[in-house]
Amino acid sequence: MSVLLVAEHNNKELKPFTLNAVTAASQMDTDLHAVIIGSNCGDAAKKLSELPLVKKVIQVEAAHYENFVAENFAPVIVKLAENYSHVVCSANTFGKNLMPRIAASLDTSQVSDIIKVISADTFLRPIYAGNAFATVKSKDPKKCITIRPTSFDPCESSGGSAPIEKAEPSEEFNNTKFVKREEIKSDRPELGTARVVVSGGRGMQSGDNFKLITSVADKLNAAIGASRAAVDAGYISNDHQVGQTGKVVVPDLYIAIGISGAIQHLAGMKESKVIVAINKDGEAPIFSVADYGLEADLFEAVPQFIEELNKLNTIQK
Amino acid sequence: MKILVAVKRVIDYNVQVRVKEDNTGVVTENVKMSTNPPDDNAIEEAVKIKESGKATEVVAVSVGEEKAQETVRKALAVGADRGILIKADGILEPLAVSKLLQKIVEKEKPDLVFMGKQAIDDDCNQTGQMLSALLNWPQATFASKIEIKDKKLEVTREIDEGLETIEINIPAIVTCDLRLNEPRYASLPNIMKAKKKPIEQINASDLGVDTSPRIEQIKVEEPPKRKAGIKVKSVAELVQKLKNEAKVI
Repeated sequence: MSVLLVAEHNNKELKPFTLNAVTAASQMDTDLHAVIIGSNCGDAAKKLSELPLVKKVIQVEAAHYENFVAENFAPVIVKLAENYSHVVCSANTFGKNLMPRIAASLDTSQVSDIIKVISADTFLRPIYAGNAFATVKSKDPKKCITIRPTSFDPCESSGGSAPIEKAEPSEEFNNTKFVKREEIKSDRPELGTARVVVSGGRGMQSGDNFKLITSVADKLNAAIGASRAAVDAGYISNDHQVGQTGKVVVPDLYIAIGISGAIQHLAGMKESKVIVAINKDGEAPIFSVADYGLEADLFEAVPQFIEELNKLNTIQK
Repeated sequence: MKILVAVKRVIDYNVQVRVKEDNTGVVTENVKMSTNPPDDNAIEEAVKIKESGKATEVVAVSVGEEKAQETVRKALAVGADRGILIKADGILEPLAVSKLLQKIVEKEKPDLVFMGKQAIDDDCNQTGQMLSALLNWPQATFASKIEIKDKKLEVTREIDEGLETIEINIPAIVTCDLRLNEPRYASLPNIMKAKKKPIEQINASDLGVDTSPRIEQIKVEEPPKRKAGIKVKSVAELVQKLKNEAKVI
């Protein structure tokens, strides 16, 4: 049997994490097909067909697929799933919203947010905010799996030429209507895939003070993150939240500024390669995961840090 | 309008979870247990809707061992009218829980079902969506704002890219984000009053649902530990270390 990957896209392009999900799915079975459901999504379907690991693309188009409503997506995937042993997508808000709806319809107990494929039916997944790792084996005949995208490398994105087949859309689900999406546009790298992330917490004390974080991020071409406390306090919007119920990031460098390091925040960043913490409380739990800790008042240390980075830039030039 | 709210008893979010030495799970003996945090938001929202006059009854339901009664009791102390405990032992997967909840929905016929978006123990993030699928109801997941408009709800959802707004027809399922509201604390008089509110107990086995696990938990281990870091004395030292030792800037 083969694997069906559900592609995430915006009707024009594939979302970057689709490539990570393809890698994960290919480790379950190399006979990998990908379904793309959307409206006028031919360009994205073509890009999907160019991924060398994808053997076949199934394209399903209808106007009611334009906004990725799970109630519309699930019936199509459930029908296609007849021919597959696994259904796979990313454990981001797209996949978290969609996959359980598919799994319940298939009477499958879903395995969420896996970080490693051990075999076609056995997976490693973090539980308790990453404080424990569980090895689990799915006994269901069909497996529904969501994968943590940052735990898998993106696949090759060009060179393939898989055939694209069309499949029939399902009927529209009339009890859910998309109204609007407010996407926050930024020229910065995306939080989920950035090489450097600079995050602020409650210690920033105000939204205005977040401009210090912005300045550091500018110097390092970094994405901006935040703790839940900073988002709850209204210093910054929710799309920046890193943690158990926010985004999981694995950058080369994570700089935590004014973040105490609650378990829930650590869950979202402790796999980063190098962690820096700047906090005036020397006992803050963030220091337990930091490679380099600086116990200092951030309002003194961060301007100095920017100054030092400026000096470096001058030397490099 | 009647609102059913599902609540789960989990290890308290402040507890540093420890893995059992025999790798069969995590230590739960003598560990503080609480309501799953976003389930508190779900109860709060339901109670607020009732207080605004738009709902007539809030029913709290939990699935689990006998002690999950405490979690239902806590929901009653913050304003739910009555409780239901579906008694079941052992590991319950979200699919089994959603099938049990489906039975309660068929019996209670609520207009809305609220619950937290994710339980902080197994971190599955499945039950609400699964229940919606089983009932073929609309689902509004990760809700940070709910507006009731006659027979519809307008829900703002927190998504990776920002915010999304959808309109769903009642009956519907909503899974709640932590930012939906600020859950209240139970006052002592209300805790006393809650003791008199009824909690109906039902055995899962009497609901005709097969709750046996479909996923075998082979082992539970400690995650790999990070090696201990160092404290630097100054910003200059930090920058030098990042440049020359870690080579990340």
